[in-house]
Amino acid sequence: MTALQAKDRRRLGLRSFAATKKTFWLTTMMLPGAVWLLLIRYLPMFGIVIAFKNYRAFRPNTFWNNIVKSEWVGLKNFEFLKSPDTGIMIRNTLGYNLLWILLGLVISVAFAVMMSELTTRFLAKTYQTMMFFPYFLSWVVASYFVLAFLDPTSGMIPFMQKAAGQKVTNFYHDTTWWPLILTICNLWKNLGYSSVLYLAAITGIDTTQYEAAAVDGATKWQQIWHVTLPGIRPMIVILLIMNVGKIFNADFGLFYNVPQNSGSLYPVTQVVDTYVYRAYANTHNLGMSSAAGFLQSFIGLICIIGANSLVRKIDPESSLF
Amino acid sequence: MTAVSQSAKKKIKAGSFSLNRFGTGTQSVFHLVLAAFSLMCIIPFIFVIIIAFSSEESIRQIGYSFAPLSWSTQAFTYTFQLGNALWRSYFNSFLITAVGTLLSVSITVLYAYPLFRRDFRFRNFFNFLSFFTMIFGGGLVPTFVICKSVLGLSDNYAALIVPMLFSPFNVIIMRTFLQTTVPTELIEAATIDGSGEYSTLLRIVLPVVKPGIATIALLVSLAYWNEWFLSLLYLNKNMEIMPLQYLLMRMQRNADFLAKNSSMLGADAAKAAAQLPSQSLKMALVVFIVVPIACAYPFFQRYVVAGLTIGSVKG
Repeated sequence: MTALQAKDRRRLGLRSFAATKKTFWLTTMMLPGAVWLLLIRYLPMFGIVIAFKNYRAFRPNTFWNNIVKSEWVGLKNFEFLKSPDTGIMIRNTLGYNLLWILLGLVISVAFAVMMSELTTRFLAKTYQTMMFFPYFLSWVVASYFVLAFLDPTSGMIPFMQKAAGQKVTNFYHDTTWWPLILTICNLWKNLGYSSVLYLAAITGIDTTQYEAAAVDGATKWQQIWHVTLPGIRPMIVILLIMNVGKIFNADFGLFYNVPQNSGSLYPVTQVVDTYVYRAYANTHNLGMSSAAGFLQSFIGLICIIGANSLVRKIDPESSLF
Repeated sequence: MTAVSQSAKKKIKAGSFSLNRFGTGTQSVFHLVLAAFSLMCIIPFIFVIIIAFSSEESIRQIGYSFAPLSWSTQAFTYTFQLGNALWRSYFNSFLITAVGTLLSVSITVLYAYPLFRRDFRFRNFFNFLSFFTMIFGGGLVPTFVICKSVLGLSDNYAALIVPMLFSPFNVIIMRTFLQTTVPTELIEAATIDGSGEYSTLLRIVLPVVKPGIATIALLVSLAYWNEWFLSLLYLNKNMEIMPLQYLLMRMQRNADFLAKNSSMLGADAAKAAAQLPSQSLKMALVVFIVVPIACAYPFFQRYVVAGLTIGSVKG
């Protein structure tokens, strides 16, 4: 009878006292996080209107008052898109991202396969530990590592050039080497992480498949081609698509700290994240930097939704939403 | 016939043995490649340690080198004498990391637990609330302006802690841990026994998901320890609360930093600045930052790998 009652109550839209109590207490648990989200994530979404206004100070100089009183300027803040700097910044962002997604994929899958095939487990573990280490260091620390090699006054490479009687490269003013340096830095920091992810996927492959392949006379290379790689294909596809979804985001620390924020390197180090920050920090142009940031968020949203619908087609289980 | 099949089995066994492993030649190539990259990953850190222990004279003559002409602990003696600036920021880093981790883990667990409860009425709503911020945001500048002028996050410890307190990514990791380790029956049983929601979480769920909490705590504390971007944004005047990462970052920018701070040494400022082993000193500070991570690394690596593997697949 009580069961029936509960059913009726639900149908009538009524909830038992116990259920209401449960919902209440569980909701209180969400509150700290929810308040944080509203204040730090959702409130700034309304700040996007800055991108469409000529934001300046009024009396009283409070944020909301300024926003309300500033006049609408339409798409004027988006005029930065016409400048040649913008083209360079977009080229850098997309170029580096594409190159690194491709290189990262090939090398980390290769490393993962190699590690999974090693017979001395101890050494495989040691490699993994060493390769993962840079992932835990900040770009500030990494920038000093780079400095140790490139510093114009005492860096190792300029001194070696000097000793060999060659012309000394002033690395922090010469753009030639930076695409390579940034690529090395990015791989150095992230390869360990992605290799470990692929290694985890390889460990999940059913070993009987290898035995069956061996019985059929497949060599080890053939086993890798026909068992290992197809086995980790879902992982490869998902990570690839997710990375493509983030193609309009760059690692700020890498592009800001490692080149020491050197102005003469901007042509090869300026990416969308540093562009937005510098637009604000150097010129205090709130409207323009908000507009650039808004474009980035918006394109990012489209990329992620696109990437996700692709993932959903391939493997609905791994889709983000 | 049995004899034939047995010999076939033997062949298969022997065959599968040789086929399931690469030959020594190929294996050594693998070892060579992996060892080379692994070394590349830690050599810069070793290099920086060597530089920190190099004498200033050696640096002047042959630059930064793996084999300095002479060794010296001068840089470290000076860092100890740098006094306030260094110890203050070391303290700040520890404080921010400790407080931030404690708060962040609490908020994350409290947010993830109801999301894991299938019988929670607003589950979908709160799930979306957190998820949506992963795919869209107000952008750097509006976030910064609101945090600074509306929420008062400027030149205070809160500015270095609050903006990183919560991460939807960590919530997903925590929720996955809960889903895989806590059976729903356990919670139903607790409810029937009359346990309140909070006491179920604290007494029954938390002990079971300890590894998950350890993972989150480590990810968060690493993020706080390595944090410099918030300082770059929110610290303008009050340099007293600067964490170590930001101190290091500014040192490279301000060539005169050491000259300014050398007055703290008590000696004549100019003279002291001239004597200061500025090159190796910077590298000594890098060593100071990395050493806590390097020491704890072997212990936390396992947890972090577990967490990141979950997070990457699910998030």
